[in-house]
Amino acid sequence: MLTLTQLDKVYKTGTFGSSDLHAVRQVSLDVQRGEVVSLIGESGSGKSTIGKMVLHLLDSTGGSITFDGRDVTKLGFRARRDYYRKVQGVFQDPFSSFNPIYKVDRAFETLRRSYFPRVSSADWRKRLEDALGAVTLEPDDILGKFPHQLSGGQLQRLLIARALLLDIELLVADEIISMLDASTRIDVLNLLGELKGRGLGILFVTHDLSLGNYVSDRVVILYKGRVVERGDTSAVFDDPLHPYTRDLLASVPHLDRTWEEVEVEEAERTERLAGRCLYHEAVAGDGASDGGEVPDGVGLVEHAPGHFVGCFRKAAEEPCPAA
Amino acid sequence: MREEKGMTATQPVAGPGIEASEQPGVTGATSGGVMAGGRKPGGDTRETLYFALRNPKVVIGAVVVLGFLLVGLIGPAFLRFAPMDYAGPPMAPPSADFPFGTTTFGQDVFAQFVAGLRSTFLVGLLGGGVSAVIGMAIGFVAGYRGGLIDELLNMLTNVVLVIPGFVVLIIINAYLGVRSVPMQALYIGVFSWPWVARAVRAQTLSLRTRDFIDLAKLSGVGVGTILRREVAPNMYSYLFMTFVLLFGGSILTAASLDFIGLGPTNAMSLGLMMNQAVQWSALHLGLWWWFIPPGLGITLIVGSLYIMNVGLDEVFNPKLREM
Ligand SMILES: Nc1ncnc2c1ncn2[C@@H]1O[C@H](COP(=O)(O)OP(=O)(O)OP(=O)(O)O)[C@@H](O)[C@H]1O
Ligand SMILES: [Mg+2]
Repeated sequence: MLTLTQLDKVYKTGTFGSSDLHAVRQVSLDVQRGEVVSLIGESGSGKSTIGKMVLHLLDSTGGSITFDGRDVTKLGFRARRDYYRKVQGVFQDPFSSFNPIYKVDRAFETLRRSYFPRVSSADWRKRLEDALGAVTLEPDDILGKFPHQLSGGQLQRLLIARALLLDIELLVADEIISMLDASTRIDVLNLLGELKGRGLGILFVTHDLSLGNYVSDRVVILYKGRVVERGDTSAVFDDPLHPYTRDLLASVPHLDRTWEEVEVEEAERTERLAGRCLYHEAVAGDGASDGGEVPDGVGLVEHAPGHFVGCFRKAAEEPCPAA
Repeated sequence: MREEKGMTATQPVAGPGIEASEQPGVTGATSGGVMAGGRKPGGDTRETLYFALRNPKVVIGAVVVLGFLLVGLIGPAFLRFAPMDYAGPPMAPPSADFPFGTTTFGQDVFAQFVAGLRSTFLVGLLGGGVSAVIGMAIGFVAGYRGGLIDELLNMLTNVVLVIPGFVVLIIINAYLGVRSVPMQALYIGVFSWPWVARAVRAQTLSLRTRDFIDLAKLSGVGVGTILRREVAPNMYSYLFMTFVLLFGGSILTAASLDFIGLGPTNAMSLGLMMNQAVQWSALHLGLWWWFIPPGLGITLIVGSLYIMNVGLDEVFNPKLREM
């Protein structure tokens, strides 16, 4: 449904745009209907940047984004309006997502004015209460308040409710449960599962590996703007290949295995993969001399069916460890 | 808890045709219910006004300033003498005929005071207006456009900022010798805009990247509407407060210039009155009625403006309201 192909984003920074910050490099991924894809990476790896490009809030520097086969990187106002009917987002920072001088109701009112001007008050109120109920919010506690009178978690859930008011097909969820406590977190995760069951595709942005593991069908591991590994959640989590992914996973506790087992497995894997680079081996093995399509160090090869891995260098500027 | 919102006749809609394809599942939406539940036009304005009228700082400040303005406006109707007329006995203390007494030359201090008030308000309005317009234009463009334009405008702002404005004003006033009140106001305005530009730029810059702007975009709202409904309202209060401060600042600068003898030659002002009072040793001669009214007038007007500004901050910022 949603496909990103070799997406690039370069921020111009410094005096007179003198220096470039390559925030997203040649990112390719896709999200299908009824599927949760987690975009996992540390702070500053470019997750939000990708999310904003998908939501047409940032211009991409290169590459393409298609939704149901249609390029959505250059949309006119009307096409964009139609796009937002199907694709919505929840932003990372709930506090800055609401205009501080207005009551939170206004975010819903804006949506209504724009997309549902003909819905009667009573009907709208009902829909609103349903949407709020879905994120376990009490309408009477929430509506009529200013953003600063609500907690981050409440605001975050309000944003989710807002997205639910539209009959969307894709949700870009940027760290949406970062501010929720354990009990509401599980409610929201279950809600996501339910939405997924209804055929919604979700791009779930998170820095939390265990969360990514819990909710997603597939994961995309991002490091400094580059996809280092992606594939089915089970494949990536059971057999992490890229050094960065392995570092990440090494720090996550496993519930089903003891620490020793994990250690042994990881030691074995380290031994197997040390000094190697599956990407360059595969590229060389193919005899693919036309590797010029993808700049060196940002491409992916399919190591196992549905499990892609990139060059084993960490940052794109570093040399390949196998070179 | 929430009051039922009234009907709106002038609900702006995004454009005909866009809404026509609306209403999934809403069959019986009667045309009567279409607009019901929309925001009352000016509902926020009304609320702001309500809080403004309940804020003692704003009320007291406004009453004082408006009181002086009223005296300046309708005062001349009750005057029997022009400010410079030798109207009565010299050095007469306040009496029924001369409520503020007379000067060493027998001029009516009250007549001078009224004329001075008028030019004081003129200087405030014009000087504040000029600097507000320049500062806001530059700040808004710089903040909104960013990039090279921002850098250039920023440079200009900083250059004007480090110029010792008052010294330049002294030089200009002394050498160019333009001595009318509007001219003086213009000069003051031309040198006091930089901090406005900086503040407005910073505001615009931070507003531009706030997520609620993106959220409005996700609601299918156009740029014009976003600027009008999301960005500008955040600034109006600030701009209004800025103007209040500039107004007071201009008055003070003008009074200082007048006091050191660089005021308008063809008009009367409060600063000029003090200048003459000092020049003719009103202090030594005990003619307190000559210098107290203008001094007190300036102090009260400027002081009230600043107090009003503090109050307005509380009114416009819902976070400060409850305190
Ligand atoms: N407007 C901008 N101008 C310049 N650089 C930016 C801008 N926005 C983001 N960046 C940079 O791009 C990189 C990626 O930022 P991004 O916000 O996408 O990270 P993230 O993965 O979402 O991180 P986090 O988990 O902290 O939210 C960062 O290095 C950041 O400094
Ligand atoms: Mg982010």
